[in-house]
Parts: sequence; C-alpha cells; structure tokens
Amino acid sequence: MMKTIRAKAAVILLPLLALLTGCSDKIVVMNPQGPVARSQYHLIVWSLIMMSLVLAIVLIIFIYVLVRFGRRKSKGFDPNDTGNRKLEVIWLIVPVVICILLAVPTVKTLYALDQAPKATAAAPSAVHGKTLTIDVTSVQWKWLFRYPGQNIETVNYVVIPSGVPVRFNLHAYDAMNAFWVPELGGQQYTMTDMPMKLWLQADKPGNYQGRSSNFSGTGFAHMTFTVQARSASDFNTWVNNVKSSKPALTHDTYMNLLKPNTVKPQTYSSYPPIVAKDLNKAQMNAYMNGQPTGNDAMHGMNMDNSGKGGK
Amino acid sequence: MNSITNFLSHFFVTGDPMIYGADVSIVLVTLAIFFVLTYFKKWKWLWQEWLTTTDHKKIGIMYIIAALLMFFRGGVDALMMRTQLALPGMTFLNSDHYNQVFTTHGTIMIIFAAMPFIFGLMNIAVPLQIGARDVAFPFLNAVSFWLFFAGAMLFNLSFVIGGSPDAGWSAYAPYAGTELNPGVGENYYLLAVQISGIGSLATGINFLVTILKMRAPGMTLFKMPMFSWSILITSVIMIFAFPAFTVALALMTVDRIFGGHFFTIASGGSPMLWANLFWFWGHPEVYIVLLPVFGIFSEVIATFAHKTLFGYAIMVWSMVAISLLSFITWLHHFFTMGNTAPVNAFFSISTMLIAIPTGVKIFNWLFTLNKGRIHFTTPMLWALAFIPNFTIGGVTGVMLAMAPADYQYHNSAFLVAHFHSTLIAGTVFGIFCGLHYWWPKMFGYLLDEKRGKWAFWVFMISFNICFMPMYFLGLMGQTRRMYTYPAGLGWGPVNFVITIGAFGMGVGFVIMAYNIIWSALHGKRDTTGDPWDGRTLEWSIPSPAAEYNFATIPTVSTRDAFEAMKEDKRAGKEKAPAAYKPIHMPNNSAIPVVMSAFMFIAGFGFVFWWFWMAIPGVIGVIGCMIARSFVYNDAHLIPVEEIERTERAAGRLS
Repeated sequence: MMKTIRAKAAVILLPLLALLTGCSDKIVVMNPQGPVARSQYHLIVWSLIMMSLVLAIVLIIFIYVLVRFGRRKSKGFDPNDTGNRKLEVIWLIVPVVICILLAVPTVKTLYALDQAPKATAAAPSAVHGKTLTIDVTSVQWKWLFRYPGQNIETVNYVVIPSGVPVRFNLHAYDAMNAFWVPELGGQQYTMTDMPMKLWLQADKPGNYQGRSSNFSGTGFAHMTFTVQARSASDFNTWVNNVKSSKPALTHDTYMNLLKPNTVKPQTYSSYPPIVAKDLNKAQMNAYMNGQPTGNDAMHGMNMDNSGKGGK
Repeated sequence: MNSITNFLSHFFVTGDPMIYGADVSIVLVTLAIFFVLTYFKKWKWLWQEWLTTTDHKKIGIMYIIAALLMFFRGGVDALMMRTQLALPGMTFLNSDHYNQVFTTHGTIMIIFAAMPFIFGLMNIAVPLQIGARDVAFPFLNAVSFWLFFAGAMLFNLSFVIGGSPDAGWSAYAPYAGTELNPGVGENYYLLAVQISGIGSLATGINFLVTILKMRAPGMTLFKMPMFSWSILITSVIMIFAFPAFTVALALMTVDRIFGGHFFTIASGGSPMLWANLFWFWGHPEVYIVLLPVFGIFSEVIATFAHKTLFGYAIMVWSMVAISLLSFITWLHHFFTMGNTAPVNAFFSISTMLIAIPTGVKIFNWLFTLNKGRIHFTTPMLWALAFIPNFTIGGVTGVMLAMAPADYQYHNSAFLVAHFHSTLIAGTVFGIFCGLHYWWPKMFGYLLDEKRGKWAFWVFMISFNICFMPMYFLGLMGQTRRMYTYPAGLGWGPVNFVITIGAFGMGVGFVIMAYNIIWSALHGKRDTTGDPWDGRTLEWSIPSPAAEYNFATIPTVSTRDAFEAMKEDKRAGKEKAPAAYKPIHMPNNSAIPVVMSAFMFIAGFGFVFWWFWMAIPGVIGVIGCMIARSFVYNDAHLIPVEEIERTERAAGRLS
C-alpha cells in the first residue's frame, strides 16, 4: 500500500513543484488577468481547499484502517460491527455543510457574472460609452469580430481597451463552438439559434490567448485567436489606424470567409450590411436564393436581446 | 466501370496504411476462426451451447468476452490518440482520423465496453445471488445480448466500410447533422447505438422483474446482497433514462436519413434540444455504469474484510438518492450554453447534492474495513484502489458542479481527467474487480493471484500517471478533442507524461489478458464452490454453476445468507436438504441471433440510405417476432436423475 501512496504523492507533487518554480503563467486558469477570471479563480481556490480537506480525511481513515486491520494478526476484529447511527449522522451532516459552504459563493458568483464587471479605467473616446460591445461569430474554423460602434471587422484577433468592460455577443454561423479566453474568464458557447453574451475585462494591456473549446470539425484545433488589451490611448490609435489604412470588407471577401477553412488574422475598416444581419448558414443559403431568412422571427425568440442579461 | 470504382472507394475506407492493415487483419482473423471451428468440428457446439443459449450464465460470459474485445478496441483508440498528442505538432494521425478515433473511443468504451461488461457480471451474479434459476425472461435476455452484439459489430464495421462517426460520443447537433457532416459515419453512430440501446432497455426491464419476483423464499428486499440492490436501482434508471435517448436517436435519424429538421440549423431546428435530450439520458447513464460497481465493491469489501457491510440500510438509501438526483442534474453538462443564473444555480446545487450520498457510501466502505480482517486478494486490491482514486474523481466532480468555475473547466482536459477518474477508478476498477471475484463461479478455476496483482499495480499506477497531470493540462488551457497543439504553451511535457501513463495502462491490460490465458491452462481449480469464503448465495453452489443453478432453492432468513448457513453448519444446526424435484428450464432458441442478424442488415441498409436492404431487414425482425409468438413449447424439465448425476459429479451428493 505504501508504494501506491508514494507514487501518488510524486505524481501530485511534481506538477505542483513546477507550478511553484516559475512557469505558473502557463497555468492560465490560475493566472487571472481580469475581474471575471479572478472571481472564478477565487471560487476554484476555495473549492480546492474544501476538497483537499475532504480528500485528506478520506485518505487518513483509509490508511489507518489498512495499516491497522491489514496485518495478518491484527487485533480488534469485530464481525458484529455493522453500523453506528451516530457516526452515520456525522458523515451525513459534514458533506451537507461542505455543500452549503460551496453553494453560497457559487450562486453569488453566478449572479455577479451576469452583470458587467466594474470598470477600472476610463473608456477611450473611440468606444462611445462606458462599455464596448463586440459581436463575435464563429465560422468553421475562424473567429469573426465585429465592432458595431466603430464599424470595424477583425478576424482571429480582437483589440479591447484594458480596464473597460467588454460585452461579447456570441453567434455561430455553422457548428457550435465555445469562446474561451482562460486568462480573462470562463467560456460561453456560440450557437446558431440563440445569441449569447459574455462579459470580459482585462486588468492591464497585454495579449491573451483565446480558443474554441467546443469541437467543431477538421480545423477545430487551429481555431485560436488573440485578445489584445490596449491602454485607452493605444486603443484610440488602433481604431484610427484601422479606419485610415485598412481595406473595407467587401461582400465577396465576407462570403469567402464563411467557407470552412482556416485563415490568418485580418483587419477591415468597414463591413457590408449583410454582416450585421447575423445570418446562420441555413439563413444565408436562403438569403442567397432570394428566400425569406426567418431571422426577424428568430430575434423575437432571443433570450437576451435587451442587453440586460438573460432575464 | 467508373461509377463502380467511385462507389468502392467511398464504400471502403481508403488512403490510410493503418486501415489497410486493419482490413487485412480482419480478413485473416475471420478466416482463422472459420478454419479452427471447421477443423475441430465445433460449429454445432458453438451453435447449440452458445449462440442459441438462453442460460443467463452463458449469456453473461458472452457479454464479457465481447466487452473485453471492445475494451481492447477502445484502448487501442486511446493509445492512438495519446501517441498523436505525445509531442507538439505530431503527424501520426491527421485531424479527420483523430476525430474519428476519439469518437469511437468514447462511444465504444461507454456503450459497447462498460455497459455490456456490467450486463455480463449482473447476468452471472444476480440470479445466483437471489437464489433464482434464471432471469425472469430468458428469451428476452438472449435478444438483449444479440442486439448489443449486432450494434457493436455495426459500429465497428464503420472504420473499414464507409468511415467512422467523428462528432464525439455526444454527437452534438448541428455538427452531427447532414448540413455539416454529410457522410455515413454519424448514421453508423445513430443506428448502432440505437440497436444496442433497445437491448439495454430490455435488460433493465428483465432485471427489474427478476429481482422483484424471483428472490428465494425469505429473501426480503432488505435482505438482498448489495450487488443485487445496485442492479435493481440501475434497472429502474435504465427504464426511465433510455427512452429519452431512444427518442433522441430516432429524431436525429429522421433528420439524417429522411431529411427532418429536429436538430438542424435550417427550418427552425433546435441544436440545443439534442444536448438536452442526450444528457437527460447521458447523466443517468453515468450512474448506470457506476451504481453496479458500487454494488460489486460492497460485496468484495465485505467478503475480504470478513464483515457484514457497514450501514446496509444507508447504503441502499444513498443509492436510491443518487438514482433520483441523477435525473435532475443533466444540465451541468452545458452550464455554458446560455442558461440564466437561476437555472445554473439550481443545477449546480442539485449536482453538489450527489456528493452527499456518495460521500456517505465512501465512509461506509471505510468503516466496513474498520475492525475487519482484511485479505489483500486481487479483487480486494481493485476495490481498495477504488476508494482514494474515485474520491479524487468525486471531489473534482464537485468542483465542476460549481457553475462559474465550470466556465473555466468545461470542455478542457480538466473535465476529461475528471470523468476518467470516475469512470476508470469507478467502473473499470469495478468490472476488473468483479471479473476476478466471480471468475471461479463462471469457469470453475481461479485467476492467478500473482499475475493478477501485477496487472493491478501496473494498471493502477499508470492510471495515476496518466490522469493526475491531465487536471493541470486543463488548467493550462488545453481543450479536449484537439488533434494537435503548438509548442511553447508548456503542454508538451505534461502530454508526454500522460502518454507514458496511457501506455502503462495498456501494459496492465495485456498482463491481465495474459493472466486469463495462463490461468485457463494452469489456474487453481475451485473444487469447493466457495473459494473466497463468500457471504452470499452464489458461493453456496458448485463452480461452475449447473444449468439449473440451485438443485433445491434455498430458504433465506438473514442478510449474508450463505455466511449464516455456514455458521449454522459449524453450530451443527444444518437443515437437511430438501428432496430434488424436476426442474423447469427454458429451451434454447435460434430466434434471438437470427433476429439480431436481420437488425444488423436493417441497420446497415439505413446507414447507406439503401432502403432496398433496410426494409427486408425490418421485415425479417418482425417475422422473427411473429415466429416467436407461435413457439408454444419453450421449456423443458430436467429429471431428478439428471440433477442427481450433476450434483454427484460436483461432489455435492455422496
């Protein structure tokens, strides 16, 4: 038995050691760079503490009974020890208490994450408001980002102002994907029949790796993007540069982007009206054939069309 | 001519040397089987003793053989994936091939390995534990097995004919629909899983009735062995959960084969509805493969601690609680699909609640060991290893239940590590435990202890090397189902360690397979029928059990009925055995195997949209049902002389 325990300790401790000796920034979930990821990180740490406690109790009793009663001539054998009401009540109540201790912060965080995080910096003038809205569309196998307030479209990367809450509206053109930037916060799915939202915010300027986390076909593993957080002035500069030096997204280029393939990051200074219709693949086919897309009826079903969260 | 070559190149999977290798080996193995059966003149024996049998013990053995083969196939899939992921940027498998491999790995391990293995063990042990001579519906039992077998064969055919499914074992719409996935692969998934699912539903009904109606006199429900209790509860879960899956599969089949729009992007289909229906079955399914092994561990821990199970009643009620909760937690598989905060809060809490009865069970097992006399046999090692390893899977499950934290774990390697911690440390350890425990009852000899322990240690340590680092990999941002990853993210070394662990588990499995062969040749005979000093009725009869199980049906007055009988015997209070009476047993029937062959033909036809093939298959299935309804003489009597002869040969009658 000791052999297992030692092997197990080594297996658990080695990565922990690696964690302590400086590559902790590689453990992205444990390296939160924004308020959303941080609230999730706190929850994770709290649950880790509680669960380590549970695991420790189980392991201690486990090792005790094996050492004490596993030897050939151990004393204390009692075949009539078949139950103990008091003990059973204890190990019914203890997990209940632990569940309550975990459930309360869980529910609190859940409701908090429905709201925009608190801004820690003044929004840049190019944002035209206190929060930035970006419409995200997943296409096999790329990410399209649309800035409706700035009339900008980017592919496979997105620039946001740091310290400012960003509302991502998530759509899927074809397959379901999930939008995940672990350093900034947990994921949310993209779907064809239900627009969803995700609030994220970066504490400080920096580049954060994002990827699709829900399998969507051949190019899924390459479906990555970068979130580039910039200071207010840098964000303004970026917007101005895009508007002055980048090409417009044409109808034909957009149609090409909707084909299943992988592409390099791209930037466009404007987008054609069809982009804002948020058509999914079936609706697009109907639209191209001159049939009704049914998209208006669909918006009536939106769980979240008001910008106030799904209520 | 052109159209024929075109058809053939789509019909057979081409272009990959590994597939050609598989083609050759399939043909060779098939030829070898034909040759051996013909050369040794075993065709008739195979047909009469096995293919047409309605004996629950033989059906159980067939389930286990098939499940072990499927476990091997699923394991090879796993090793292929781990080879591809061992280093950044590997090119061992391309993306499409990798996607097929993870899909077949998941589907096979759950549907065609774990579940049938459990069905095999329950077929063997439950009637023996409750003092019954067969299950309630022996013919239906054979139908269940052959439907599973037809489904498994259909599914496995996909990788050489037509192409395998590639949308994951959960087959999420709309990716699994024809709009994005036009090939035959997903059709295979739908039809194969559907066919075997019908068998599973029938098994649930069969064992529910068996346990409720066929217990030995005196065995009230609360005197039943814990394994039988776990199967009773599992049967109820199967009866309630499987219809949801049957319907979901049928709807998606309508989508794919007949152009329906239940889960499509177009025409108002709802892809998310699939996720709901799938997990409404999928979460209870987790407990369908877990509760039975809880039962196995309860038997084995009590037997080798030489004590009655601690807190029997609480053990039962916690399983009942788990079974009820299992139906109100399905949404935790998609917390991140746009649910409102109250919805996620409800499902977070309902999921956490499952930890309470499960924790209670863990402590009851620990206190069964307490004040026991623990014998470290191979089955006991598997059971003991379950406790700490499964607890790790359990506590990470609680972490996943916390919805906001799940936003970070979901779809990541952390999740993959969690469900392997529960499914391997729970289900796989459990079925290996049960396999070693009941092996002597199945075959009359024991699996070798020394080799068994080697297999255990290699497998168990490798399991930890494989899955402990995977939790960290998830926190490092690696998602599931990625066929490759770039260097520089720090994932490479972790993945390499994981791959070493995976191959170690493969070695452990090979040692176990070797042990089975070695023990078949040199294994210790079980002449007493009670090699473990067992406590329940299956150990009161000779090994292997006679066709009729019990020459006379025992009368039960307490829990651990056989232990009580042995104590009575030691005290000299043994009751005189009742006189033998002729025993009524079910006849063999060819209908189940023929019917499942028609089911296979129908399934294959639907997969390729070949209605000219599917419709005759369906007609054949219906024809078999009609034929069965005209069988009036479906049972025979075993005369007293034959019972005496059998019992004398087993040393039970002087």
